[in-house]
Amino acid sequence: MHGTSVIKRKIPLTAVARVAIFPPLLLLIIWTRFCFAEDTFTEQSLHSLVAQLSSASFAKKLTLVDEIEEVAGEASLPILEAFLAGQLYYLKQEQDKVFQAVKIEQDNYQILDIYTTAQVEYIDKQAFRARYKKVRINNRLRKKIKLSLSRISLSSGSEASKMQALNALMDGVDESSASLVESLYVKERSKPVKKLMSVVLAVHQLKQATRGATFNQQTDDQTEKQKITQALDLLDGRLEVSVKVALINFKAHLEDLTADDANYNHDLINPLLSKTNAIIHSIEEEINFFLFVEKLFFGLSLGSVLLLAAIGLAITFGVMGIINMAHGEMIMLGAYTTYVVQLLMPNLINYSLFVAVPAAFLVAALVGIVIQRTVIRYLYGRPLETLLATFGISLILRQAVRTLFSPLNRQVDQPSWMSGALELNPVLSLTYNRLYILAFSLLVFIALVFVIKKTSLGLNVRAVSQNRDMAKAMGVKTEWVDALTFGLGSGVAGVAGVALSQLTNVGPNLGQAYIIDSFMVVVFGGVGNLMGTLVASFSLGAANKFMEPITGTVLANILVLVFIILFIQKRPRGLFPQKGRAAE
Amino acid sequence: MNLRKIITRLVVAVITSAVTVSAMAKDTIKVGVLHSLSGTMAISETTLKDTVLMMVEEQNKKGGLLGKKLEAVVVDPASDWPLFAEKARELITKEKVDVIFGCWTSVSRKSVLPVVEELNALLFYPVQYEGEESSKNVFYTGAAPNQQAIPAVDYLEKELGVKRWVLAGTDYVYPRTTNKILEAYLKSKGVAKKDIMISYTPFGHSDWQGIVSSVKKFGAEGKKTAVVSTINGDANVPFYKELGNQGVTADNIPVVAFSVGEEELSGFDTSPLLGHLAAWNYFQSAESDANDAFIKQWKKYIKDKSRVTNDPMEATYIGFNAWAKAVEKAKSTKVDKVRKAMYGIKVPNLTGGIAEVLPNHHFTKPVLIGEIQDDGQFEIVWETPKEVPGDAWTDHLAESAKIVSDWKDSKINCGNYNTQTKKCSGQNY
Amino acid sequence: MSTLKSLFIASLAAGRLTGNGIQYVTIILLVTVFICSACNLLIPESSAFHVSTYTITLLGKYLCFALLALSVDVIWGYCGVLSLGHGTFFALGGYGIGMYLMRQIGDRGVYGNPDLPDFMVFLNWDTLPWYWYGMDQFWIAIVVAVAVPGLLAFVFGWLAFRSRVTGVYFSIMTQALTYALMLAFFRNEMGFGGNNGLTDFKELLGFDIQSNATRVALFLSTALLLIAALYLSRYIMKSRFGRIIVSIRDGESRTRFLGYMTNHYKVWLFVYSAALAAIAGILYVPQVGIINPGEFSPINSIEVVVWVAVGGRGTLYGAVIGALLVNYAKTKFTALMPDGWLFALGALFVGVTVFLPDGIAGYLENSARALQAKADLDNTSEDSLSKDGTSKDNNPKDKPTEEVTP
Repeated sequence: MHGTSVIKRKIPLTAVARVAIFPPLLLLIIWTRFCFAEDTFTEQSLHSLVAQLSSASFAKKLTLVDEIEEVAGEASLPILEAFLAGQLYYLKQEQDKVFQAVKIEQDNYQILDIYTTAQVEYIDKQAFRARYKKVRINNRLRKKIKLSLSRISLSSGSEASKMQALNALMDGVDESSASLVESLYVKERSKPVKKLMSVVLAVHQLKQATRGATFNQQTDDQTEKQKITQALDLLDGRLEVSVKVALINFKAHLEDLTADDANYNHDLINPLLSKTNAIIHSIEEEINFFLFVEKLFFGLSLGSVLLLAAIGLAITFGVMGIINMAHGEMIMLGAYTTYVVQLLMPNLINYSLFVAVPAAFLVAALVGIVIQRTVIRYLYGRPLETLLATFGISLILRQAVRTLFSPLNRQVDQPSWMSGALELNPVLSLTYNRLYILAFSLLVFIALVFVIKKTSLGLNVRAVSQNRDMAKAMGVKTEWVDALTFGLGSGVAGVAGVALSQLTNVGPNLGQAYIIDSFMVVVFGGVGNLMGTLVASFSLGAANKFMEPITGTVLANILVLVFIILFIQKRPRGLFPQKGRAAE
Repeated sequence: MNLRKIITRLVVAVITSAVTVSAMAKDTIKVGVLHSLSGTMAISETTLKDTVLMMVEEQNKKGGLLGKKLEAVVVDPASDWPLFAEKARELITKEKVDVIFGCWTSVSRKSVLPVVEELNALLFYPVQYEGEESSKNVFYTGAAPNQQAIPAVDYLEKELGVKRWVLAGTDYVYPRTTNKILEAYLKSKGVAKKDIMISYTPFGHSDWQGIVSSVKKFGAEGKKTAVVSTINGDANVPFYKELGNQGVTADNIPVVAFSVGEEELSGFDTSPLLGHLAAWNYFQSAESDANDAFIKQWKKYIKDKSRVTNDPMEATYIGFNAWAKAVEKAKSTKVDKVRKAMYGIKVPNLTGGIAEVLPNHHFTKPVLIGEIQDDGQFEIVWETPKEVPGDAWTDHLAESAKIVSDWKDSKINCGNYNTQTKKCSGQNY
Repeated sequence: MSTLKSLFIASLAAGRLTGNGIQYVTIILLVTVFICSACNLLIPESSAFHVSTYTITLLGKYLCFALLALSVDVIWGYCGVLSLGHGTFFALGGYGIGMYLMRQIGDRGVYGNPDLPDFMVFLNWDTLPWYWYGMDQFWIAIVVAVAVPGLLAFVFGWLAFRSRVTGVYFSIMTQALTYALMLAFFRNEMGFGGNNGLTDFKELLGFDIQSNATRVALFLSTALLLIAALYLSRYIMKSRFGRIIVSIRDGESRTRFLGYMTNHYKVWLFVYSAALAAIAGILYVPQVGIINPGEFSPINSIEVVVWVAVGGRGTLYGAVIGALLVNYAKTKFTALMPDGWLFALGALFVGVTVFLPDGIAGYLENSARALQAKADLDNTSEDSLSKDGTSKDNNPKDKPTEEVTP
């Protein structure tokens, strides 16, 4: 603790000459000195502050957080982080004893000393519940801690955390944080950080100008104008929300001034106003472009979900001609398999999906084969009856899941590598789960095409679907091929369930939500044509997402359905009709 | 394990039916339970059925009412709205129940309404709803809009300085109405039209990408923005997931929900929801002796320590106790007598206050704002200084502002008295 | 007991073989319906023979479903066109009468607005949407309630049959249709009350909709209309038109090659079927007191198909039996075991399609035929064995011979 605080002490001192105009900075200097001089005292006061956390009211906690930051500086980082993560607990018996509790496995907790991070004890849930109580935290507190954390990590911390801290600071940048940034600017080595720092300062400048009473006749301040022009130059092309907000507010301020004729200084304001306008315009144009890209991504993402949901059906319905109304339940089984896999390996959530994919394939495929052998094979040549029978099966499966797992939705955890978003810039960020699912859907598609086109099973499947009797005559075991094909289609649906479990509720009605959409996609794309399914799902997804902002979600859904209905009347065989004999 | 469950259930069913037969011989007070046990609403409503059964058991331990034992009659309307009316008729005419506790969705209540009015029965409706109704035969033990939505908006505005509003809801009557009221209310407080965004989604909506993105965009205009969510049940989890993934956290754009409670969150990883808000009249985390006792009793009754309690359960609790008290006061279970005895009855609620039955068939309730914690519970961050009386007809919409409900005042004695025309319309009893 | 059963089967079979299966159902229906109505209206409530209003509305609901099932049977059983969207026509008919009933409330709504239904007042609608005009006139409402579904069926059928969308494709399209309409009716902007639908009706043609007499009248008219529909359908199916329909079912291409415009026949049959479904909806709504978008949900339409499959398709009366039986079972089972019901229903779907492809009616007829054949065999052997000819009086073959001799 001693060693780290040295750096912190030095920075404000070097900066003091340059920015002494900022009174808050003086405060900053005072407390840093104070903390340096009385190191042991610091530790004591930190302990007493932390001890107060357990019984303090939320209002009191707010000031406590400030004080902790002031007193301990960088050393408060782990404490505040634990607090933010909701890991601070105190002993029920002795309220002033605060610990960090980390959930290790489903039912075990590791209790750490918050100052030394040494393990105090390792206990199970029940003992934990009995002895410890959480230090409660609310929104305001969270915001406060985040700000504190970003201030602390600005002076130390990695480049990434600095960037993050700056972004967090930018929104509510005030005198004290601006002076902190300014003081750190000189010492900073990393270029992108420096750049961002200057942007933060420019935003601050703009905010000040907006707030202040500059640009009237009395203060005909050319240097001020120059400063602002510089700031505006810095902000040109920045996509951060706070930048845009600052610009818009500044523009409004200038316009107010313009309206106020008496104090209107044309020469100063007009060029600034036009410059601000131009910058806002260019930023907005860029933002709109990225919003378009985002929408496209949303469309593709919805398309990938449709593709996953429909692709199994493209096999069972498209290739075999079986109306499998239980298809949605195969997806549901896949999702529940994911749930069970995660139950079995609670500590390896990050790897659970890799186990769940083959497991779901097997489970759904097996159920599919059982359905095929026990029901569907008796109904060949009676497609409408298959529809009814499989609908019955879907009812049974749903109710079975309800009895086995309860009617409540089950929680499927998201592996950490799937959460969050890939931030390309402040406007455009692509969520990882959607990104992975998009890639996954394409992978599944390619694999399936490979199986159908390049393997002997695929050859048999195509042969049986084109001419059952002839294939039989050639020695193909049609019964066997039927079972395997149905298993394949069901299995793929199960795999889709794994992906969907990451996006939506895992409950007994999961499959129902996708069954009609799946049929629409297959029929629209052209039955028996995998490529058609691919094109159909992505185009329907994109159409839906581009329509959504204009019409609203519900109407977009309806319009897509109506479009498909009309399209099928026009082209009954879908986008890519099968040609030749297979068509009938 | 589940096989065992089924067998025990069967055995219990056989025994209870045997018991019912023997009980039928005696004189009992019959309590009808009209909650869906299958279908889409079973998730929420089964809990309420269990709550009523627990209350009945508890009352019987205390010696019943008027020296008679209570007997619960449970039917399953299966989340099918016309079936609600049919089952209500069955309860009233075939089973001859003295009171019904039931319904969850507005449409189920609307479906039952003509039946209870025709047969002059008594229904206790335990869920927060859109208001604009006050039937002679229904007691609304959940929150009216002024007991949930409006205080929540006040909180956001005053405490968090929110200036821009997203009103997001599932497209059905409760969100539509609530948003209509909120819109009028916000406008009356000087919020410009461009600072209010309204969006509706279908039931069970799961693809929230576009909407969350537009909320983000809407919130990036420099003013503090909040989302007021009337999104229903199932759709909430994907919604919050998407919020988390797109980096919308409670400290930049808080979401206050009116339909997300402990039950909806139970068993879920609430870390992405951390700090988002909910407004109810009760949270499990409320500190009072009555609440501690209730939670303990519930966990014991349901034989599951992980089960939680929620607001509609409290509403059921209040409704049941108020009814029991009214029966004792009236010394009868006759509907009209009980109804008249109800007015002014005071029963303790679970948050340490008192719920009073008002002449408009609503109750007084405190409004609590809670922040979601990582254990699926709510931290109460704000509450109204005292109980708010439920208002059947909102004052924020022109048409309903002029309507009042008073079933006690002999001059008015109706549920929709128009103060301008001095008339009640459509009252056919 | 078994003799009773075989007697029943035999009588039914005899009826069926002479083409009168419908007559038996009709007689049973009429007798039950009149007894129930009389017991409800004339016998005081305290009596053990009193039939409660609850039972009357329940039976009325079953009869509406039976009519709906009949409409599906007409198109599926006789033409082989499986519609998974008949709930659409049913619900549209229901909405038609619902609008009329809504307008009949007049200024007795909670807001006392004489022009607008409550939900419109509440959502700040200023004027009545154009499609609500005229719906306060009973006959206009009825015509609209039948014509709109009919028109929809015509347009949809015309488009679909013309471009030869058949079989499964047609089924899936009808499912999409009902799904799209469900979503649409959920929208409050549509002006049909959104999720809550239309409810709180007061009067029908000036009669209090909650009075027993009105209920019984509705119940009776449902029964009579069902019987009328049965006979009309049988008449149509026996006509030239019906024979062509059946030939389309058995071989559409051949029928087309014979020079028939098969599309036209199919479209008109589809329209007829839709109109029947709409009438069922019209009768249904005043009896249950609510119509909401849930009626459009695809699962409802599929359930109707199952009633027909259980009852036996292509027999008309089978659909009626199926609808009545399944719904009665549903009422009973959901009360006893809410969890088990879906298992039972699912198993019923699978079982009927796999083991009982002709449904109950088909099973009865087949076993009756077998019974008859056996009886014939027995009789002939008895004939040869018995010396005295008294047993001959019971021999059904006597009659034709008698007719021939004079």
